[in-house]
Amino acid sequence: MKKITLLLFVFFSLVLCGAAWAAFPPIPVEEINPGFVYIGPIGDGGYSFMHDVGRREMEKAFPGLKSNYVESVPEGPDAARVMESLVRNGSKVIFANSFGYMDFVIDVAKKFPEIIFMHCSGYKTAENVGTYFGRMYQARYLSGLVAGSMTKKNVLGYVGAYPIPEVIRGINAFTLGVRHANPKAEVKVVWIFSWLDPGKEKEAAKALIDSGADVIGMHADTGAAPQAAEEAGVYVVGYNNDMSAYAPTKHLTAPIWDWGIVYKYTIDHVVKGTWKSEQLWQGLKEGMVDLAPYGKDVPDSVKKLVDSEREKIVSGTWDVFHGPLKDQSGAVKVPEGQNMTDAEMLSMNWFVEGVKGEIPK
Amino acid sequence: MRMTVRIEPRLSVPPGLKLLIPLLSLGAALFSGGIFLYFLGVSPLKAYSVILKSSLGDSYGISETIVKAIPLTMAAIAVMLSFTMLIWNIGAEGQIFMGAIATAATVRYFSVDSRPAMYLLMFLAAGAAGGVWGAIAGYFRAKWNVNEIITTLMLNYVAMNLLNYFVFGPWRDPSSLGFPMTAVFPDSARLPFLWGTRIHTGLFLALLLPLLFWGILRYTRWGYEIRVMGENPRAASFAGMSYLKNVVLVMFLSGAIAGIAGMGELAGLQGRLQHGFSGGYGYTAIIVAWLARLHPLAIVLVSFLMGILLVGGETLQIVMRLPLSSVMVLQGLILFFVLGGEFFRKFRIRIRFLKGAPTEPLREESQPWK
Repeated sequence: MKKITLLLFVFFSLVLCGAAWAAFPPIPVEEINPGFVYIGPIGDGGYSFMHDVGRREMEKAFPGLKSNYVESVPEGPDAARVMESLVRNGSKVIFANSFGYMDFVIDVAKKFPEIIFMHCSGYKTAENVGTYFGRMYQARYLSGLVAGSMTKKNVLGYVGAYPIPEVIRGINAFTLGVRHANPKAEVKVVWIFSWLDPGKEKEAAKALIDSGADVIGMHADTGAAPQAAEEAGVYVVGYNNDMSAYAPTKHLTAPIWDWGIVYKYTIDHVVKGTWKSEQLWQGLKEGMVDLAPYGKDVPDSVKKLVDSEREKIVSGTWDVFHGPLKDQSGAVKVPEGQNMTDAEMLSMNWFVEGVKGEIPK
Repeated sequence: MRMTVRIEPRLSVPPGLKLLIPLLSLGAALFSGGIFLYFLGVSPLKAYSVILKSSLGDSYGISETIVKAIPLTMAAIAVMLSFTMLIWNIGAEGQIFMGAIATAATVRYFSVDSRPAMYLLMFLAAGAAGGVWGAIAGYFRAKWNVNEIITTLMLNYVAMNLLNYFVFGPWRDPSSLGFPMTAVFPDSARLPFLWGTRIHTGLFLALLLPLLFWGILRYTRWGYEIRVMGENPRAASFAGMSYLKNVVLVMFLSGAIAGIAGMGELAGLQGRLQHGFSGGYGYTAIIVAWLARLHPLAIVLVSFLMGILLVGGETLQIVMRLPLSSVMVLQGLILFFVLGGEFFRKFRIRIRFLKGAPTEPLREESQPWK
């Protein structure tokens, strides 16, 4: 395990600091035609929807910039063709918004070395391939503070898409927030093995509610879990965007994305001729992630707690995965006073104390 | 004077009509699609030319259309075979997954350096895995009359979850930072690409299999048997043909072909096992098989046409900035009309004018759909 961590550390320091790659020459705004490859439909009301909000924010910020998108592109060989068609139709910058596109991004990027590729949530880079994602765990932690303050039964439920580091990290951050506010609370996890399946999302939420959870958290693409919570009359923390439309009375808040931040950042560098491959991982400080407006039931004392924790994160004095952190068995994973490194966070594959659930091995 | 409209089954289809009906259906589809596009504020002619140009306009477009047509052809041949026997294999998707899982297992546990040996191993493993998946449903059907539509459909989900189990569990690549996928296949397990495109050598299978099954169904005794059995299982069993044996065999072959399609996708294009790789070929293949009227050679053509529709649909989103849902409406309209045209091939509509007031209500037999 140590060896792997060391390897990962070397690997990430290479990609994070490996600025040996030169910057790309500037491209005029009118010629960039950014092309977006979305995993879901923009009407999913969640993940792809928020990416599209970011895309439009980007278009507004750069007059003359026109972009294209393709929806519901499967994470298979079709993705390569979609990216190549975008390039063939004039895109000079490609944004691919899901992890499973990774190998295809690298393949197509090899074929078009003069085109810039930005891959969301992956870890492979090249001279013309950068990655972007956000420190969603920071917003997850804040939402956990709210959720932990609102539970009465001390049992929370969490609908998880896939047992991968991104989702696990979110569950851990949420749980740390929950238990900071309420040390007795526990978070039950159900995996649905899908990013976008409203039926499964809803069923999983219902199952959690039936098993006693009185606050639901979620990591999936649609508003189906919040709907289930509203119907059952339990509180819910959405995800991706303000999901209060799906749970008007029970929505507490939601950790949300502002993809426009990274899209504008990228285009800005492309226009100036300062773009070079890097792994962007922005958080609360940059506005990449945030909390949606609070529901009416959230008391002021909780809002104050969130504000003070947020301040610690934004100022950089403290981050979420700060030792001592124990895993489910009680073993210390992060010693007192230490922060987890980005590499460790990106490959997180264990649950913190307080999570009730299993990571399939 | 009164008018009667009667719908009558055709005894035979005039040869001109065989050609005319699909053409008219396509025309009607494009016309109504055009109205739809017009109201979206998009020039129909421009949209249609985008579809054709992106899929047939240059060597890249043609090559990608073929890439799409390869798995479609194989999967459609697979379901065609079972449909010929009136056995409804809806499980090609799961059989594709099983073939892919077996391919990955071969790469993981039996990797050899020799390319031909590796190809043969993967081929056999994928065929066996897909075949067994099909044969299970076939056996249940023939032995206990368990509805194969249900079993094949349910087995799709079992196969998907099995794939998830392997990529999240024992086969997860340790260097993938915990992401669910196997290690990248070694070069010896990759099917070569042809002519600098993404067309892989699965192409030859996609051309060979339709020919083979066309020959088998048309010229061999066994082909005759399964066609007869499809139409009349009782008569077939009186003639001494074993229903059980043939259903299991047909479902095994059907599943095997789908499994091999899965191998082609994995070893040809994907290069590693990860979830969600198929893109629903097993389901689209059912439409393809019906559009081709279960004719093995027509399947090749229809798969190619379907490839045009799918590849063109992607480009339509890019060039015309149409949302996916509009593209799907357009694709749906085309399929609806072309399949609907079948009606006019099977039935004819006779309109007659009779003198005098109606004396009795329309008789029952003039409404055969009742």
